[in-house]
Amino acid sequence: MGPSGCGKTTLLRVLGGLTAPSGGAVVADGRAVWSEGRADRQALTQLAMVFQEANLLPWFSVVDNIALPLRLRGVPRAERRAEAARLCELVGIAGFEDHRPHALSVGMRHRAALARALVESPRVLLLDEPFAALDAITRETMNLELERIWLARPCTAVLVTHAISEAVFLADRVVSLSARPARVLAITDVPFLRPRPLDLQHEQDFQGLVRGVRSYLTAAQGG
Amino acid sequence: MTSTRLSLATVLWIVGIAVVFVGAWKVYVEVSDISRFVLPAPDDVGLALVDILGEARTWHHLRVTLTEIVLGFAAAVTVGVIVGTVLGELPAVERVVNPYLIVLQVLPKVAIIPLLLLWMGFGPSAKILIAAVFAFFPMTAGTRAGIRSVEPGNLDLAATLQMSRWKRLWLIELRAALPSILTGMEVAIVLATVGAVVSEYLAGGEGLGWLAVVNLNQLQVDNLFAVIVLLCALGIVLYVAVAALRRWLVPWHPSATQRPPGV
Repeated sequence: MGPSGCGKTTLLRVLGGLTAPSGGAVVADGRAVWSEGRADRQALTQLAMVFQEANLLPWFSVVDNIALPLRLRGVPRAERRAEAARLCELVGIAGFEDHRPHALSVGMRHRAALARALVESPRVLLLDEPFAALDAITRETMNLELERIWLARPCTAVLVTHAISEAVFLADRVVSLSARPARVLAITDVPFLRPRPLDLQHEQDFQGLVRGVRSYLTAAQGG
Repeated sequence: MTSTRLSLATVLWIVGIAVVFVGAWKVYVEVSDISRFVLPAPDDVGLALVDILGEARTWHHLRVTLTEIVLGFAAAVTVGVIVGTVLGELPAVERVVNPYLIVLQVLPKVAIIPLLLLWMGFGPSAKILIAAVFAFFPMTAGTRAGIRSVEPGNLDLAATLQMSRWKRLWLIELRAALPSILTGMEVAIVLATVGAVVSEYLAGGEGLGWLAVVNLNQLQVDNLFAVIVLLCALGIVLYVAVAALRRWLVPWHPSATQRPPGV
């Protein structure tokens, strides 16, 4: 979490091998993601990214979009389609496998994008405000779904978001960043057990954590 | 989905305008003193059309022109897509080649037809080349624009999936460019027709363009009009065929659900 323009997305792009860092190191599973300004291909195979836009390729069916990472690895068509169909089931878009993305609602497209990221069972999942474009109700549903899916396929997940309650609801740790140039202001541990019900957001402990994170961010924007 | 069928009212308007046009033409020819050698009546043109369609040589000329157009168009599509892709992919190459392309593009192609005929003779290969030269530029421009129009998010996706350059070109860029390539093809098929017919006007002894000139020289103006009608029909059939590819090749694109003009 951090104020607009502080570099959250840039940080995520550095983690994901899309933007070269000017300094420092990114280490995933003991392996440096960047060496001499180039992303390490082997390290990147452990990572998957979900973008703000679903970024589905409109010319492929839903199942072919989800199976795209497997196609690039040379997995036979029948096998990769079967795996993609399993993912469709997991993310709740079964029955839409052969539709093209434009026939899906925005929420369903984001589910498909999540499925595509999970299809290779990455060790690290990078999520760049994946539900920012959704309406409030759909967004709540997607947060619940994200937790359910994550519990079914656990991995390290880094989520960039603007919404404090979303961060506290989904995360084990909330990292608050200062305004540009971003510095880590605080790391807030979130102790709630999973799965977390939506009603958790009305409890005092939850709201206390939200207030805490908000105070860091308010101070960051003020300074 | 938007309905793409023509409504009855639209059909009535289209037919109505044609009927009024032909009617006005007929009335003008009847009431004015205009010579039949300048403007024949539409019914005479209709009869001439039936006449020439009954002759085997007309079908031979039609086949010759159609072959020149189709081969020239196919060559332009092939070379245009390759050149457009290279220019779209390699900005450094584009910066060097672009001035030459602009010179070739603004050069009136009709002016170089005699030169091409001189170099290649009066046979079909010169006419195929001329049709291809006419059709080449919209293909190159359409492909280049299409390759450049790829969504940045799709390129990010290609990067995170570590696609090779060729995979990215095949799975993302060329597919994203298809709507734009098809727009280039719709313009190119019309220009290929113009190129083939104009080169037939100027040289050789075959093709509908040549047939038009022969009828003009013999002052058979109703036959000349009939050949023009035939050329129009040929152009429309070719354009509609190319425009129809859109629904088949890019059903995912909004342009595929909109009826192209005139179809």
